[in-house]
Amino acid sequence: MTAQGNLKRVLQSGAFAVTAECGPPRGADPDMIRIKAKILKGYVDSVNVTDNQTAVVRMSSFASCVILKDMGIDPVMQMVCRDRNRIAIQSDVLGASALGIKNILCLSGDHQRFGDHKGAKNVFDIDSLQLIQCIRDMRDEGRFLSGEEVKGRPDIFIGCVENPFADPFEIRAMRLAKKAAAGAQFCQTQCIFNIEKFERWMEMVRGLGVHEKVSIIAGITPLKSVGMANYMKRNVPGMDVPDKLIDRLRGTPKEKAPEEGISICVETIDRLKGIKGVCGIHIMAIGWEEIIPEIVKSAGLYPRP
Amino acid sequence: MRISYPTSVKIIKVPCTGRVDIIHILKAFEGGADGIYLVGCLEGDCHYLTGNIRAKKRVKYLKTLLDESGIGGQRVSMYNVSSAEGLRFAEIAKEFTERIKSLGPNPFKLNKIKSTRDSGRGGI
Amino acid sequence: MIIADRKPFDEIMSMLAPYRDILVLGCNECVTVCAVGGAKEVAILASQIRLRRTKDRISSEVHEKTIERQCDIEYLEELKDTIGGYDAVLSLACGCGVQFLGERYTDVLVLPGVNTTFMGVTERHGLWTERCQGCGNCVLHRTMGICPVTRCAKSIFNGPCGGSSEGRCEIDKDTPCAWHLIIERYKKKGMMDMYMEIVSPKDWSTARDGGPRKRQREDMEI
Repeated sequence: MTAQGNLKRVLQSGAFAVTAECGPPRGADPDMIRIKAKILKGYVDSVNVTDNQTAVVRMSSFASCVILKDMGIDPVMQMVCRDRNRIAIQSDVLGASALGIKNILCLSGDHQRFGDHKGAKNVFDIDSLQLIQCIRDMRDEGRFLSGEEVKGRPDIFIGCVENPFADPFEIRAMRLAKKAAAGAQFCQTQCIFNIEKFERWMEMVRGLGVHEKVSIIAGITPLKSVGMANYMKRNVPGMDVPDKLIDRLRGTPKEKAPEEGISICVETIDRLKGIKGVCGIHIMAIGWEEIIPEIVKSAGLYPRP
Repeated sequence: MRISYPTSVKIIKVPCTGRVDIIHILKAFEGGADGIYLVGCLEGDCHYLTGNIRAKKRVKYLKTLLDESGIGGQRVSMYNVSSAEGLRFAEIAKEFTERIKSLGPNPFKLNKIKSTRDSGRGGI
Repeated sequence: MIIADRKPFDEIMSMLAPYRDILVLGCNECVTVCAVGGAKEVAILASQIRLRRTKDRISSEVHEKTIERQCDIEYLEELKDTIGGYDAVLSLACGCGVQFLGERYTDVLVLPGVNTTFMGVTERHGLWTERCQGCGNCVLHRTMGICPVTRCAKSIFNGPCGGSSEGRCEIDKDTPCAWHLIIERYKKKGMMDMYMEIVSPKDWSTARDGGPRKRQREDMEI
């Protein structure tokens, strides 16, 4: 067994983890990843690379993660079930582990309806829960989905996502419990704007004892403008942006909006730190990665352990 | 009242506009009609409850079929007139006749090629 | 039943362009019920083709016929004396009928007049919706009679995904979230413990993924 990844180390030490998301470029230039990664290095414990998010073609998460790894960053490879069948998925899990990628985040994937290739055929051979279980069995049982033996088990820290703001609300904690039972070790949530609802969800999660099985990392997205807030509320499926947040941004002069967005973010982080069972934050600064160091510093989370 | 309307308008009586099917109108165009309009009862006053509403929907769909066929959807219309509105009936006859006159004859009729076989009667 | 949709008229016309004498052939089964390929639609489409061709000064013969089933060899027999006289047959049957007709009459050019879309139901007059994908291994007993393969846009077995909002699917607001419906029924029947079971990956070999399928009953074979 090789040395463990940084994210796992931080979570196991009991420190409040900080992770961030990095969207790969829509092209082959590796420097696009390196520039973003350089900004993040030292401010976060690991960096997620999305897997063709919103079904728009981008540099593969796998390749981008290797670039991050070479820069000394612990990457979290996101893996969706939309584009690959169980053969390709298991093959990529082996490959990722061989190249030193320690974390895989398992997701269903946005439907191709949202993307730039609406005529694509989707796969969805297995779902995100089955993907979690599949990686766990490859690692712990040394078995492929077929039951055949894995020669040289992959060493993967398994992540999942959950959206506390999707419906039906009452099953969202149960669904995380299912993912924990399937083998998920950490969970990065959907962006939290409605903190009251998130607290209610955490209460249900604690009620099921799931917070003791999965490290819950709360999702955060800094809002740059009132336009962005409105866009997310209206167009992003399963996003809950309360009106009072939009009003607060609307009441701020336009040039001060980014600053206000950061303040909201830092206030949210402060509140999240106080919620029992929350082990860290995951910053998804969509198209605004350069702001992450400032958020981390303002939230008193710098330097990193 | 003795109100006159254009003699080119031929009336085909049906119990309700809801009886008129799309194929009836298509066949009328194949038979050489230049334009066809339905005159139904006022909406809400259908003796069969919704016959005229269904006719309206059919006319809307028929327009797309006629556009596709190159005949032109503007050659069909649906009107709603009560039995007490003789004057309105005559006005519509004039108005529709003017519209069809401006469109010219049914292009199908113009180009109809005499075939040795009896064209378009269906069946084999 | 099998649901289909008429092909765009221009596509039909360009498909038919090289051929003078055409038979528009309907089918009395599914496509009649979903109002796309029965005797009525045959009459309408044939009329449209005649109107258009005559307008465009194209000499043509367009005839109409509807048979009981195009997917059954015995009903195809009645065409044997006449079908050879056409340059093309425009079939308004589903893809099964189009192919089977062509297999029976290999010298005849059979063209599709409809796009076969799905297996579904008549939800109300004029509205048909999908219910089954013929995956070959029914799971409806586990999902309270609602098919996750067909009615979930991602065909997931441990749903709902994070895109479910107010009972609607993320792909569009008119599509109900299948998993929301399933959970509602679990709750109603007091069967939420079934929800907590992790469903293993499906064996898709019984679905189309296993290659073209057939069903055989030797006791019925003559």
